[in-house]
Amino acid sequence: MTPDAEQKLALPDREVGEASAEGSAAPAAGSSGYSYDLAGEGEQPRSVVHRDKPARVVATRTTLGRRLLELWGSRELIVFLVRKEIKVKYKNSALGLLWSMLNPAFTLMVYFFVFQIVLHNGVPQYAIYLMAGLLPWNLFQTAMMSGTTSIVDNGGIVKKVAFPREVLALASVGTAMMFFVFQATVMALFMVGFLHAAAWGELWLLVPALAALLVFSAALTVFLSAVNVYLRDTRHLIEVLLVAWFWAVPAVYAFKLLYPGLVHHHLLWLYFANPMSSIVLTFQRVLYNAHMAAATTHPVAASVVLFVFSPTWYLVANLIVLGVSVVLFLVALAIFGRLEGNFAEEL
Amino acid sequence: MGNAGVEVVDVSKRFRLYHEKTSSIKERFVHPRRMSYEDLWALDSISFDVPEGETFGILGRNGSGKSTLLKCISGILQVTSGKVVVRGKLAALLELGAGFQPELSGRDNIFLNASLLGLSTREVERRFDEIVAFSELEQFIDNQVKYYSSGMYVRLGFAVAVNVDPDVLVVDEVLAVGDERFQRKCLERIKLFQKEGRTIIFVTHAADLVRQICTEAVVLQQGKMIGMGPPGEAIRLFREHLLEGSEEGEFAPGEEVVVDDASRIRSTTGESASAARPLVITGAEIQHPGIGRRQYLLPREPLRLWVAFEAFSALPDVVFAIELHDLAGNLVFGTDTEILEKPFDAVPGTGVADFAFDSVPLLDGTYSVNVGVRSRSGGTVYDWREQLCQFEVMNPGRSLGTVALQPTAEVRALGALGAG
Repeated sequence: MTPDAEQKLALPDREVGEASAEGSAAPAAGSSGYSYDLAGEGEQPRSVVHRDKPARVVATRTTLGRRLLELWGSRELIVFLVRKEIKVKYKNSALGLLWSMLNPAFTLMVYFFVFQIVLHNGVPQYAIYLMAGLLPWNLFQTAMMSGTTSIVDNGGIVKKVAFPREVLALASVGTAMMFFVFQATVMALFMVGFLHAAAWGELWLLVPALAALLVFSAALTVFLSAVNVYLRDTRHLIEVLLVAWFWAVPAVYAFKLLYPGLVHHHLLWLYFANPMSSIVLTFQRVLYNAHMAAATTHPVAASVVLFVFSPTWYLVANLIVLGVSVVLFLVALAIFGRLEGNFAEEL
Repeated sequence: MGNAGVEVVDVSKRFRLYHEKTSSIKERFVHPRRMSYEDLWALDSISFDVPEGETFGILGRNGSGKSTLLKCISGILQVTSGKVVVRGKLAALLELGAGFQPELSGRDNIFLNASLLGLSTREVERRFDEIVAFSELEQFIDNQVKYYSSGMYVRLGFAVAVNVDPDVLVVDEVLAVGDERFQRKCLERIKLFQKEGRTIIFVTHAADLVRQICTEAVVLQQGKMIGMGPPGEAIRLFREHLLEGSEEGEFAPGEEVVVDDASRIRSTTGESASAARPLVITGAEIQHPGIGRRQYLLPREPLRLWVAFEAFSALPDVVFAIELHDLAGNLVFGTDTEILEKPFDAVPGTGVADFAFDSVPLLDGTYSVNVGVRSRSGGTVYDWREQLCQFEVMNPGRSLGTVALQPTAEVRALGALGAG
């Protein structure tokens, strides 16, 4: 319906009025002639007329490259979300952030008491062994649990604000990473306390292991967070799966005990098809440090616990996991992009 | 005219309404084909261009699809077909303070919210003082947001959002919140945005705001674009359709409203007098010129209101009262037959009270009519009907406000400076 000519005559052309107001120095003399005499008077118009404004098509599927670019642009947002998560978690507790340290410290002391004093299972420094494996596992588990529900939990923002939504899943991984740092700090303190030295020469092996762990967790959480929007059972399924998964990882038991059986049944490949296996083994190798444990306290028992591959094996294994995880991450992003369109409706 | 700031090209959006929401795996496996649904086209082939630097209004009743359209433009919802092209950075104000964390302080929330809206930390730091000053929350900025009043919450939300420095600003009804002073401040800021040459898309059902700030507007009804044009035109269209819609049952049950061919708005209460209620209002009728052609008055047109009643017994000294209220509930005008010096003694049977206005000097708005009957002494209220009927006034001109005053203006120079 087009405006009739009469109407146009009755209403003075607004564009003209504004164009002239734009030129005037005093913004208070508004274009409409109504001055409300309030704050905002001192504002100088920041003209955006000559800005470079690229046109973009909204709401079509963006390419993977663009998605990655947008993610990179949102890195600060991820940091803020992680900070928020941690701040909120400890907001009203008296000890605050200290809890994030006290919690793993207490856990470690319980393990120490149960396994080394009460049960006396004969494994030297078993508490350290356990913590070395739990460190990466806890990161993974925390990321998975909070990441899967991240989109649903933040439904309020998802429905009202436009931003790259995968950021929410990645922030879960980031938060898990922060707790990892706290736990690692506690573990370091305990290692000093127990006079337990890490394998310093092999410390660098943790870098590819941690990178693989983070990318792998990110890939899974991005995928699962999107799926969970449509199938809310996903989170419960994941909870159950994680319990089984935990025992597929040599955190509590020694890989060495399993090794002969796996070789015998030709299942070694299956065991290492689980990316968490090589990651956990790397942490144990470096932090538990078989040689040290063997040399200092129980020369005989130590070799029972750790199965020691060469450093090259750990490096290669983790690089393979990293490579696969990167591919998985890209696939997850692509799937996320497909599912993302209807988030606001499904929540 | 330059480039289009926002292009909406044949956009449609379908919502699939499942009769029972099943999002569990079991349901999907057990009844894979038994998920019945209805398609709802929330938007149906909407097309328009918003030229850069223009302020564009979207008018529509609740459920007309205007919020859906905004969500499609800002990329929160994916369009089913068509496309939206946006030039430059877009910021959407769909809900002020969406994403505020109640447990965090105002300061933390500014950073979180701003980065959610796409501002970098450096930019937030640079504008932090400005944001706080605009929100007027200097003393409370380090308090947890959960202790904020809803007004403070909204102020902080708006302060962050307007500092995002967008090329295109999308605003959804957010100006309806906050106190009047802050609303004016927000409006002032939007006007500044206009001067800065930013494109603004503005959704509202407050027609006055559209008249005040928009350069063009579309009217949506049930997902369809029913018109587009300058604000006055669009508002007229919107009003007409609003009134049409109100026939469908926005009135209380038992009260029937008819806009019949005899060009009058009639409403009946469907009640009759009894010993317990010796006098009841049985209906009301409004008539104004041209009512058959259009369902609204123009300012200063005449209006007649009949109140029909039924009396069960003889009642001396009965007074009929009427009140006109605007939609916000403000009393615009009230009078009664005592003030107008028309004493009346009711006798058993029916009757009518006839109020005639030679001229209704009102501008835009929907006005509802309350009608009452009482005894002259005021001791007995026989009947009182809230919002018995309503009428609509449409202002084709550009004046603002409620009352159709008729000023004239003259501007003249009083003498030149430094002239001889």
